[in-house]
Amino acid sequence: MPDAVIELQQLTKRYGPVEALQSLDLSVPRGCLYGLLGPNGAGKTTALRIITTLLAPDSGRVIVAGHDALKQPRQVRELLGYVAQEVAIDKILTGRELLQLQGALYHQPARLLTPRIEELVERMGMGDWIDRRCGSYSGGMRRRLDLACGLLHSPELLVLDEPTVGLDIESRAAIWQVLRELRQAGTTVLLSSHYLEEVDALADRLAIIDGGRVIAEGSPSALKEALGGDRVTLRVREFSDEREASRVSEVLQACPGVRQVVVNRAQGHSLNLVVEHEGVIEQLRCQLDAAELPVFSLAQSQASLDDVYLQATGRTLMDAELAVAGSRDAKAERKQAMR
Amino acid sequence: MTSAPTLTAQPPLPALPAANRSALADVTQETLALTRRLFLQLARRPTTLVAGVLQPLIWLVLFGALFAKAPEGLLPDGMSYGRFLGAGVIVFTAFSAALNAGLPVMFDREFGFLNRLLVAPLRSRSSIVLASVLYITSLSLVQSLAIMGTAAWLGYGWPGTAGLALVLVTLLLLVFAVTAMSLGLAFALPGHIELIAVIFVANLPLLFASTALAPISFMPTWLGWLAALNPLTFAIEPIRAAYAGHLSLGDVVLIAPYGEITGATCLGVLALLAIGLFLLIRPLLDRKLS
Repeated sequence: MPDAVIELQQLTKRYGPVEALQSLDLSVPRGCLYGLLGPNGAGKTTALRIITTLLAPDSGRVIVAGHDALKQPRQVRELLGYVAQEVAIDKILTGRELLQLQGALYHQPARLLTPRIEELVERMGMGDWIDRRCGSYSGGMRRRLDLACGLLHSPELLVLDEPTVGLDIESRAAIWQVLRELRQAGTTVLLSSHYLEEVDALADRLAIIDGGRVIAEGSPSALKEALGGDRVTLRVREFSDEREASRVSEVLQACPGVRQVVVNRAQGHSLNLVVEHEGVIEQLRCQLDAAELPVFSLAQSQASLDDVYLQATGRTLMDAELAVAGSRDAKAERKQAMR
Repeated sequence: MTSAPTLTAQPPLPALPAANRSALADVTQETLALTRRLFLQLARRPTTLVAGVLQPLIWLVLFGALFAKAPEGLLPDGMSYGRFLGAGVIVFTAFSAALNAGLPVMFDREFGFLNRLLVAPLRSRSSIVLASVLYITSLSLVQSLAIMGTAAWLGYGWPGTAGLALVLVTLLLLVFAVTAMSLGLAFALPGHIELIAVIFVANLPLLFASTALAPISFMPTWLGWLAALNPLTFAIEPIRAAYAGHLSLGDVVLIAPYGEITGATCLGVLALLAIGLFLLIRPLLDRKLS
């Protein structure tokens, strides 16, 4: 693709025994708000650290804004803004002092810097906070300052690693709004997230990453449409036990027009179905009636990105999160971040 | 948020492209901005400065008193111990400050702030080293002047204007070398615990194995050898000579087990050490993209 701002080809990266990236390919078109979706530990941060020149891959090609990030890292750094996952501020400095430092590191002349800082402070809704020490900021205010730092030199590519994790609703909305406006203004935005709704609401295109490789890519609507079918969530009781759920599952699988039945253990053994068309639902009710099973609730929904993920990996995003939550090693991860 | 103006599509006046700016101007801008940050931190947390000035004064007064009755003939030319000690305390203070220079950088690494510097298009990552050197040198300057003033007040003498210049040049070379080494450690070691351990282990032994507290003639042979190879000695002796009024760099300032050392040799060794350590840590700074 000639007009791709980011072009990753067959990236691999290994941390000891862990293969963080396994032949990852990614192409982000110019002017696109692009989402990287995946559970924690999928390799999102590693990919972003490679794109932002903080990390070298073991093998593969990294082209960012027309430059080879491995051979011309400084040219790449001039053109990109990065908002890291850990909020990197200096508690002793005020927000304005941090922005001034940032401006000098990007070689902005002082006469342009002052009005630019004013503009960003107003846009981020930071008000008086800008002249207070960062140590007194709330999480949302820190993140806004971080975003202002990333935007200070008007980069043509903005990279954000999980920009809204743990934020209050107001700050999250503010950040979403800024990202939309940036895309409107022609900036390419790449963000990683493990929030489905965030990527669904914001992204023009997305790649779902799992186990260090891209398992699905496209626009959110195209990915969902490609799945086809109607989604139904059904409960025969508010909380069923496993045996009952599997009995219901058998009954449902016997119905014509039912494509897939998954028992969702995380939600009281409710049943997630994919049916070919709406008409199938009436038949389901009849079959359950005949088997003397009650219907506590039945909800229809459109396919979500979680369904896309489920289709590609055989598990829901939440299950994937829970699976890695127990196996992560905080110390090892901090070590990686410090490399 | 809704009433806020939208971000402009393009910057009003984009910064000059890198090719049109001079490298020197870029490095200066980066270094000054990073130095400013260190000074802002110091101004808002002045404890470091206060402790940094008080500690060597306590050294000077206590050690001076401890050895006030040192036997005649311990020191060359019948010098008083307080006068002998001044140079040692000045050098040791500057050395300690420089040895700690890596700590803020290590904390920046641990808190993710260093990544902010590393994704920025710094013309040279040496700016990070230069900023620390500027900061520590200024700090050492204040400390040294406080020590020298106190020493003069205690009757231990004053080196005069030319002597002062020699003291400052010597300190600058030492601070550059040790700061570079400390920053190298801050990039090479896994975390601040390890860095603090190294600082802890290096600090006092280097003091005792130097001519800060006693002359080589007073030491057992093995320790005399160590002291004669210790970089701190190469900083202490020219300063001590300056205090004694020997301002010519050609004068012998130290009689080492392996020969006579002039002031010029001392400064040369320190300069080589500074350049060598600086070149040695450069690859560590760029390691991430090797």
